Amino acid sequence: MLKRKDLIGLIDVNAEELTEILDTAADMKRHLRDGDKQLPYLRGKTVTILFYENSTRTRTSFELASKYLGATVINIAAGSSSVAKGETLVDTGKTLDAQLNDFLIMRHPMGGAPYLLAKVAKAGVLNAGDGMNEHPTQALLDMLTMREHFGRLEGLKVAIVGDIKHSRVAKSNLFGLTTMGAEVRMFAPETLIPKGIDKLGAKLCSSKQEALDGADVVMGLRIQLERQQAGNFPSLNEYAEFYGVDGKSLQYANPNAIIMHPGPVNRGVELTGKEIDHEKSRIEEQVFSGIAVRMAVLKLLNDYRNHQA
Amino acid sequence: MIIRNGNVVLENEVVKKDILVKDGKIVEIADTIPADGSQEIDASGKHVFPGLIDMHVHLRDPGYEYKEDIESGSKAAVKGGFTQICCMPNTNPIMDNKVVVSYVKHKAQEVGLCKVHPIGAITKGEKGEQLAQIGEMKKAGAVAISDDGVSVSSSRLMRLAMEYASGFGVKCLCHCEDKELVDGGVVNEGLSSTIAGLKGIPRAAEDIMIARDIALAESLDVPVHICHVSTHSGVRLIRDAKKAGVKVTAETCPHYYAVTDEVITGFDTNTKVNPPIREEVDKLAILEGLKDGTLDCIVTDHAPHHINDKNVEYNLAAFGISGIETSFGFAITYLYKTGELTLSQIADKMSKAPAKILGLDGGAITVGGVADLMIADLDKTFVIDPQKFVSKGKNNPFGGYELSGVVEYTIVDGEIKYQA
Repeated sequence: MLKRKDLIGLIDVNAEELTEILDTAADMKRHLRDGDKQLPYLRGKTVTILFYENSTRTRTSFELASKYLGATVINIAAGSSSVAKGETLVDTGKTLDAQLNDFLIMRHPMGGAPYLLAKVAKAGVLNAGDGMNEHPTQALLDMLTMREHFGRLEGLKVAIVGDIKHSRVAKSNLFGLTTMGAEVRMFAPETLIPKGIDKLGAKLCSSKQEALDGADVVMGLRIQLERQQAGNFPSLNEYAEFYGVDGKSLQYANPNAIIMHPGPVNRGVELTGKEIDHEKSRIEEQVFSGIAVRMAVLKLLNDYRNHQA
Repeated sequence: MIIRNGNVVLENEVVKKDILVKDGKIVEIADTIPADGSQEIDASGKHVFPGLIDMHVHLRDPGYEYKEDIESGSKAAVKGGFTQICCMPNTNPIMDNKVVVSYVKHKAQEVGLCKVHPIGAITKGEKGEQLAQIGEMKKAGAVAISDDGVSVSSSRLMRLAMEYASGFGVKCLCHCEDKELVDGGVVNEGLSSTIAGLKGIPRAAEDIMIARDIALAESLDVPVHICHVSTHSGVRLIRDAKKAGVKVTAETCPHYYAVTDEVITGFDTNTKVNPPIREEVDKLAILEGLKDGTLDCIVTDHAPHHINDKNVEYNLAAFGISGIETSFGFAITYLYKTGELTLSQIADKMSKAPAKILGLDGGAITVGGVADLMIADLDKTFVIDPQKFVSKGKNNPFGGYELSGVVEYTIVDGEIKYQA
């Protein structure tokens, strides 16, 4: 059983725990596919979704997951709350606790913020992305999508191409996938590779061909326009040429390879439009996996809470 | 006062002696001094050091008394074995004029524990735009100038500051940081910053300014002092400059010679300090620099903060470690017990060298010298508990560390100002 109050990162989640989450998520997915959207494991529980950064897909995914599980859901956008009046995260956590929340799902622009919240809050904390640190449910949904296609994670060659440095998605995937025995390759402009990432198990590649050679999974990462303005690379055109995934570069990959992207995609930059809509693309499947994975994590954390109570 | 039977830490040796103190001066050091009816301290089995001098402290007074004030900071200093401290000017208002300098000096005298020497700002408001009134501050008692907390980003103005200050015999203490290269970073750039997903500060941000200030000092042939050196490459720049005859001196802090940046990965905001705690290669180079004399002295960069400044997201937390009560223990544990430095060398780094750099009285145990002394038990250990600090700043990430070297007496001008 997943024995955790919070899920903040995959850095310290072991293979057994990952497997339990993915198995539970696969179950959830079966129910959802059967049209069963009422799985009341969290009936009578309250979930508050606290987003300090804009998001559509992750926020709605968490909201739907909580609702399918029968929880009462509150949404707080930090810009319109007491946070805008200068309330500290510690005080926000205490307030939300006093309102008897069972789970706090937070996205925050600063790495480590969920640890601070988890320290002060009795409620379980789910990290929905913290700065450049982690985005565990995104990596879990990626892993679920891969596992469904290949039937395994062990031994898979996963090529992650793009802005690794600022990507909490890449980092959580690196932790989760290497724990499960997959090979994680990374390819990016030198300015967008974080120092020491190879010491964490990533295989740094020096060309698109090297990264994609025999790859089972090709994952693009969103490039923020402000990275170009900050001088990390000269133009989107040049980025697309050297670091974008197109039909030509996909020829290096395993013929059975799948294409993934955490979204939203800049069409023609990270992926060409043709590749997004390609039969190999699993981008929409990722979205569906997202709901199932978030339901699974909420259920398992809740089981542990009930067990502790 | 007679201090009996202590192991007296002299410049080149440690000898068992009695010390006779009269009228605030050391009047005799001998094998046996006959009792004269004055107070006696039994220092058997203990060590007598020259009073420690910390030339880099933040007292936060005036303006941020909720973090620290001159009284609480002085209490913390004497508890740490310090008889003299120099306080940085990033107060509110900034100590960039004689009025604030005088305020600090007078309040410190009223408190009457350790000697407090103000360091004036280099530029008005530490804004890096116009020179502060360096001559007037010196006249009022400032012992040096610094814009600590920031670098003077204009090389032209920094050059003028060094040149002008040299006319008053005043040294610039340079906080070396290229702000543009720091670019919002909060920890050292490396494996640990990648693990934590926190924005990194490259070594080059510090090294560029060290190199610049060395170049300015060399071209003007004036002395310069580099603050809180944290990088291996910075140590090399200073070593090379010294070899070439540049009048450069430098300091480092316990958190740079004792630990590495792995401590940041738990997001403890008390590990957030500027410059950041670096990697093993840096730690080893800092130790080497202390041994070969490249790094002249050890300071604490005591930076007390209120819990409200630290109990926030790592990015939002204030930079700084409250360290004046643990610095001596760090030196004994991480420098002496490990065989890196002798006790005489530690006395040099933590007393004699700062006195020499700033032209202060004290720094050595000599007949006729000022009776600023510290007595410590080097075999006694203690476990750091920041909540028990007398400093208002409890922001120290080393809670639970066990250190050797307990300060038992701090004596200033022949008077006991702290007794354990």
